[in-house]
Amino acid sequence: MILRHGLFAVLLFLASTAAMAEVPVFELIIENNRFQPETLAVPAGQKVKLRVINRDPGPEEFESYDLNREKIVTGNGEIMIYVGPLETGEYGFYGEFHQETAQGKLVAK
Amino acid sequence: MLGSGVIVFREVLEAALVITILLAATRGLSRRNLWIGGGAAAGATGAVIVAIFANGIAGAFAGTGQEMFNAAVLLTAVLMLAWHNIWMSAHARDMAASLRNVGAGVSSGELPLYFLSVAAGLAVLREGSEVVLFLYGIAASGSKSMELLSGSLLGLGGGVAVGALLYFGLLRIPTGLLFRVTGWMILLLASGMAASAAGYLSQAGILPSYPPLWNTSDILSERSITGQLLHIMVGYQARPSVIALAFYLVTLTLIASGMRMVGRERKAVGVTS
Repeated sequence: MILRHGLFAVLLFLASTAAMAEVPVFELIIENNRFQPETLAVPAGQKVKLRVINRDPGPEEFESYDLNREKIVTGNGEIMIYVGPLETGEYGFYGEFHQETAQGKLVAK
Repeated sequence: MLGSGVIVFREVLEAALVITILLAATRGLSRRNLWIGGGAAAGATGAVIVAIFANGIAGAFAGTGQEMFNAAVLLTAVLMLAWHNIWMSAHARDMAASLRNVGAGVSSGELPLYFLSVAAGLAVLREGSEVVLFLYGIAASGSKSMELLSGSLLGLGGGVAVGALLYFGLLRIPTGLLFRVTGWMILLLASGMAASAAGYLSQAGILPSYPPLWNTSDILSERSITGQLLHIMVGYQARPSVIALAFYLVTLTLIASGMRMVGRERKAVGVTS
């Protein structure tokens, strides 16, 4: 029980410090099953936050094997995803529910 | 049509394989179908509820609710599977013995099957909510919806079929070995789930993110069928982070030593069946 409370306190502490840290935010918009922009430049070597806004009525899943990320964005909803710190390079991502059109990449510089 | 089938197949596959392994691991137990099936049905109901409240869940914990939810579901399933395996290592021999006596089924009261009930339910809950959201999206989009829907049904059938194949494959294993084999499978399954949970905690910013330790996606991509099967069954990741690897190894070590300790204790007491 004590262990569990301790673990919870540690998680809470980590969560609050993570929230307090100054993390730059970058926006991605999903519209007509496409990402805008399809190529997004982010700084390398630091943690960044992606704000993914879905303007379509249907849900989408932001997914990236390169970034090891996956997260559902509900129709007309938005999500935040922590990414990095990344090494310089290109990282592909896509919308799993509309893979024919929803393709994009992050370029870490 | 094929696209939607593939998506649903991928989501269904994980739940189907988990349930398959659990069914094989409880072979011969009375009422195990009821327990595991009931767990899966509860999970499916839960999946619809989770999908309905997807927005609310995502908004919780400062926008990291979805990750927290997934991590919590995965880690709870890991605990259930760990408990099952440790329990089994104390009782597997008795169970195998009574299975050999035709007609002498082991009563489910002896094996706490609710752990597996919960594990099956959680597997369906996590993957199922994504299927529900996807199907909802299809229904909302109109036009091509019938075609996409039939694709989805194909995907569902495909996932269940692969599960069935594995199940009948596992049943060919001699009874004495079966519980040892399923024990190992559950051990690796649980370790892989713990590593996935670590990924969600990194994504939520609770655990730090590091560059992957290695990259084998050119050799075996996680997007390929083989890669995905290995990902589900043994926790294969093409680009694992040090944290995911640590979660994997710690879980593996903890459960394996728990199994060994209980097994040894039992031998020392001199209980034979």
